[in-house]
Amino acid sequence: MIQGEHMIEVRDLVKKFGSFTANDRLTFYVNKGEIFGFLGANGAGKTTAIRILCGLSYPTSGYIRVAGHDVYREREKIKKKIGYMSQKFSLYEDLTVSENIRLYAGIYRLGRKQILKREEQLLERLGMTQIRNRLIGQIPLGWKQKLAFSVAIFHQPAVVFLDEPTGGVDPITRRQFWEMIHDATEEGITVFVTTHYMDEAEYCDRVSIMVEGRIDALDTPAALKRQFQSENMNEVFLKLARR
Amino acid sequence: MNRFFGFVKKEFQHIFRDVRTLVILFGLPIVMIVLFGFVVTTEIRDVEVGILDRSMDEISIQATQKIFSSGYFVPAGYLKHEKEIGDLFRSGSAKVVVVFEEDFGKRMQRENRAAIKLITDASDANSAQLSLTYLQGVLLTFLQSMNQDIQVPWSVNVQSRMFYNEEMLGVYMFVPGLMAMILILISALMTSVTITREKEFGTMELLLASPLKPREIILGKVTPYVFLSLGNALTIILLGFLVFDVPVRGSIWLLLLECMLYITLALSLGVLISTNARTMQMAMFMSMLGLMLPTILLSGFIFPIDNMPRILQWLSTIMPARWFIVIVKNIMLKGTGFAYIWKETLILLGMTIIFILASVKRFKIRLN
Repeated sequence: MIQGEHMIEVRDLVKKFGSFTANDRLTFYVNKGEIFGFLGANGAGKTTAIRILCGLSYPTSGYIRVAGHDVYREREKIKKKIGYMSQKFSLYEDLTVSENIRLYAGIYRLGRKQILKREEQLLERLGMTQIRNRLIGQIPLGWKQKLAFSVAIFHQPAVVFLDEPTGGVDPITRRQFWEMIHDATEEGITVFVTTHYMDEAEYCDRVSIMVEGRIDALDTPAALKRQFQSENMNEVFLKLARR
Repeated sequence: MNRFFGFVKKEFQHIFRDVRTLVILFGLPIVMIVLFGFVVTTEIRDVEVGILDRSMDEISIQATQKIFSSGYFVPAGYLKHEKEIGDLFRSGSAKVVVVFEEDFGKRMQRENRAAIKLITDASDANSAQLSLTYLQGVLLTFLQSMNQDIQVPWSVNVQSRMFYNEEMLGVYMFVPGLMAMILILISALMTSVTITREKEFGTMELLLASPLKPREIILGKVTPYVFLSLGNALTIILLGFLVFDVPVRGSIWLLLLECMLYITLALSLGVLISTNARTMQMAMFMSMLGLMLPTILLSGFIFPIDNMPRILQWLSTIMPARWFIVIVKNIMLKGTGFAYIWKETLILLGMTIIFILASVKRFKIRLN
């Protein structure tokens, strides 16, 4: 692969908190338009890494580029090109569906006409036109999650970072959610997603599995299953964890 | 700029959609000022007085009438025996008992001296002291009017005047104090809570990952409170003026400018608290305990600083409210200009700068 095609490029990323090493020499890249699964148990260091890639915290050392920009010196440029949906549900409960969309669209400096047009399209697609003036606090979790994702990619970022986006959501909504993620890649958006649901790994183009701050495996789901002689990703993960 | 405006608008929406915030923001100042203005006064009114008159002559009856016509005291009954005093105090139906000795009038006319005993329920020391002072005043005036015909070789006539507050109104004290307290409460408490709320709900992460710069986020969150706090300051001044006749003798613009400085200080304190608090509860706790209480106790609002132990006096110098109260009193009551308050202003300005620098530093540490 040519370097320019990598949306995310990470070499020897180290993050230490005092004497504790949260990320131990992570090295990987993510292709343009790819769904990259960032897997690992709770506390393996996923969130730490994703925060660094989003410019929310500085790495201790390592070479890291996101959307063609350096995370040390070009944070501002990176922030304009990425979307982010955090672990905690991240829309404002006391604002309406429509107000949330417009708030984030405004933050990313979208024009007024553009916002109105895309808002209509989005609400149409999600089937939320009827409830556009309902407060977020009053709509079901599954809908909120879908809306949060749509808001994160509303400004059509180059990369979207999803940190455990499907936590606490029922299987059907999760399924629909992954379809939305897939649709996003059709539009050319690169998806970087962390999860600890191993069945979700099957939806990814490639996955990396983190154990105690290190990346222990990185390949397509099919190749990993072959490599570990497993039926599914859950088995792969268990075998890795026991090693 | 448009982006910033949208962000400020959102903050206003948060405020106007939360009933609790609204109550604190608009109800609290009004309740406080009415409460302090009407209920908590250092003046006395309608103190119950029991009378034990062993003489029941013309003069003692006249004296009793004088006491009750003064406007400060109401009768709580006539006693027959000293033993009844204890019961009266215990039941709470009287705060003071006036005892005229036997043959009060006769002695006064013959020996030119007679004794009145004033007994007070001092379980509430302050009001007991006040009642006594007022009672003595009433009785002295009465007795002097009786003795007008008696020639005194010389006399000293003491005339006292209370400058800036001729009627010794408690409300003159409370308006500046309340302003200091309410502004710091609203500005610091509300901003620290609203910022930590974003942290707690995870929306702060999102904002930080967006092209919004940290200072834009903080400014956006703080801006609505600048306006609301200034509105509150105006409400207090207006209520003080309309309801309690507290004047603004100096320049109102200078007063508002100083209010702006104090609000900025309180807001930066709120930001500093929010960089240290993880949850809303913690922020609230820190603002209440760390700001509210010391402001009330150590700023000279209620307890005079000069009467404090030395160590508390030192501590009071780091209370922003202390200096703000001096400024407000100077402008409102004495009508002085900037020349008299530049030192206090400079102190507040210095504190503001320190708080802002500290917040910025804390914020950077957190990002790393």
